[in-house]
Amino acid sequence: MSAIHSRNPVYLARKRRNVVMLSAGGCALAFGLFWLAWILLTVVLEGGGALLRLSVFLEMTPPPGSDGGLANAMVGSLVMIVIGTSIGAPIGILAGTYLAEYGQRGWLTPATRFLNDVLLSAPSIVIGLFVYTIYVKQVGHFSGWAGAVALALIVIPVVVRTTDDMLRLVPNSMREAAVALGCPAWKMIVTITYRAARAGIVTGILLSVARISGETAPLLFTALNNQFWSTNMNAPMANLPMVIFQFAMSPYEDWHRLAWGGAALITFAVLVLNILARSLFARSQYS
Amino acid sequence: MSSVFVPADTTLKTAAPGAADSRRGAAAPRPLSGHKLDFVFRNLTRFFALLVFSILAAILISLVHGSSLTLRQFGFGFLVSADWDPVRENFGAVVPIYGTLVTSLIALLIGVPVSFGIAMFLTELAPVWLKRPLGTAIELLAAIPSIIYGMWGLFVLAPILQSHVQPWLISLFDGVPLAGKLFEGPPLGIGMLTAGVILSIMVIPFITAVMRDVFELVPSLLKESAYGLGATTWEVVWRLVLPYTKVGVIGGIMLGLGRALGETMAITFVIGNANRLAVSLMAPGNSIASALANEFTEAVGDVYYSALIELGLLLFLITTIVLAFSKLLLMRLTRHEGART
Repeated sequence: MSAIHSRNPVYLARKRRNVVMLSAGGCALAFGLFWLAWILLTVVLEGGGALLRLSVFLEMTPPPGSDGGLANAMVGSLVMIVIGTSIGAPIGILAGTYLAEYGQRGWLTPATRFLNDVLLSAPSIVIGLFVYTIYVKQVGHFSGWAGAVALALIVIPVVVRTTDDMLRLVPNSMREAAVALGCPAWKMIVTITYRAARAGIVTGILLSVARISGETAPLLFTALNNQFWSTNMNAPMANLPMVIFQFAMSPYEDWHRLAWGGAALITFAVLVLNILARSLFARSQYS
Repeated sequence: MSSVFVPADTTLKTAAPGAADSRRGAAAPRPLSGHKLDFVFRNLTRFFALLVFSILAAILISLVHGSSLTLRQFGFGFLVSADWDPVRENFGAVVPIYGTLVTSLIALLIGVPVSFGIAMFLTELAPVWLKRPLGTAIELLAAIPSIIYGMWGLFVLAPILQSHVQPWLISLFDGVPLAGKLFEGPPLGIGMLTAGVILSIMVIPFITAVMRDVFELVPSLLKESAYGLGATTWEVVWRLVLPYTKVGVIGGIMLGLGRALGETMAITFVIGNANRLAVSLMAPGNSIASALANEFTEAVGDVYYSALIELGLLLFLITTIVLAFSKLLLMRLTRHEGART
């Protein structure tokens, strides 16, 4: 007992080191939050003003040096996101279903889970290159379809992962009860486990939409950009991220302002989708 | 028609009383049997699982095919030549590879200690009611699209680094034998250092998330024993939690590295896109992803295209190996965990 009294130098040094290191941890957290706050604040201050004017939502992207809006880019982004999600989400859900419900044995499930996790973090620019070589190069022109396919390829791994995880959380007793009543496996999956995992699967889809809303790199080589109003999926298509990229890198003040407006819009949409997905998931966990 | 109908009708009539009894308990007749539908559904899902399984291989094959021209023309020399001359069609990948590695290294140097601090704070120190909001806020860093990081880096961070941080770094390391070379030249604002700093912010949420997850895996029994012996919180984290979760922590760092290597838009904005090999971190450089983003749509000629696709192939191979390694490490940790309990 006597060795550890409060003035023992070893004891004091350990205590001091503890305080220093724990405060460093707190500082690290503050460091992370500081960047988040700074970036969001910049986007709101710079882009908020641009978004207040109605013309941003009504007019087309302008030529250099004149005023305009982002209407064609917003519509192009929206169209490609909707199509990309409606291609990617069903594929992801079905593949995830196989992993969680059918593939308990065999090599396919562990191998697919592994590769899917790699795909989840794979650089999105490589996805763009892939779609370029298999689609754009073959048909000879950039197009909205190619952009949508590239986005779908980013949606798939996110949805596969969440569907797989959420279905595996469904208690086996529910499946056994359904099968014991003579329910065939497909019906058990569609009416019982899908329903039990619904909130989680929807969360996954929302998160994937949030992810592709801001993706620029895969659109560079696929949808490219379009200065004019176009809903032709077989032609280059305007989209917000590409317009932001082009406008921000330009030397024109008007274009910078529009780029900040687009950035604010995308950031806002992505954050809302993220928070929506989280609250949806949190509520399903409690009930 | 009628010849078929009549006998069917009669058998039904004659067999009616007995049949009603024998049908009780038998399976109800279905239009399409459940087993058949089950077969269809099972194979439908299996088809898409196979599709997901083959995406990575398809990417690899398409990139190899797309870059076959330069793969044959330059061979291994592509990896060791620093030439990038679209006019004479002479291509080498040293500059972009160097830029990719340097920026990712800076990102890890800043990002790993910070992520460790955040993960430690959130798992060991934060009160329960603060854990969720703080954790979510850090995760939101990952949600911000990379183009926003890039734009913010170009318009906000780069000027500040240029006027305040870089001159200070240059004077600080002036005359120091080796480190001086890393911090010399004019403070341009854009360059590899700025790109690395932005990347470090971007990898923090990914590394933190993995570290938090693996830190939670440490059995409370072990931690309580250490606390019972009089260890401080820091000692518990440093001597017990970290050694216990070592494999997972390395897996998390690898995941962050994989993310940093492949990051495109944020870097394209601030790295400067210069195809020059420079030792100084202040100098503009190029990364594989930013070279692709900048030059691909403007490239002319088959060799140029092929060289750019080969860059993409390199990036794909490097990130896939790093990410696969990370995944293997994390799987090892969770398997150990499963065996122990």
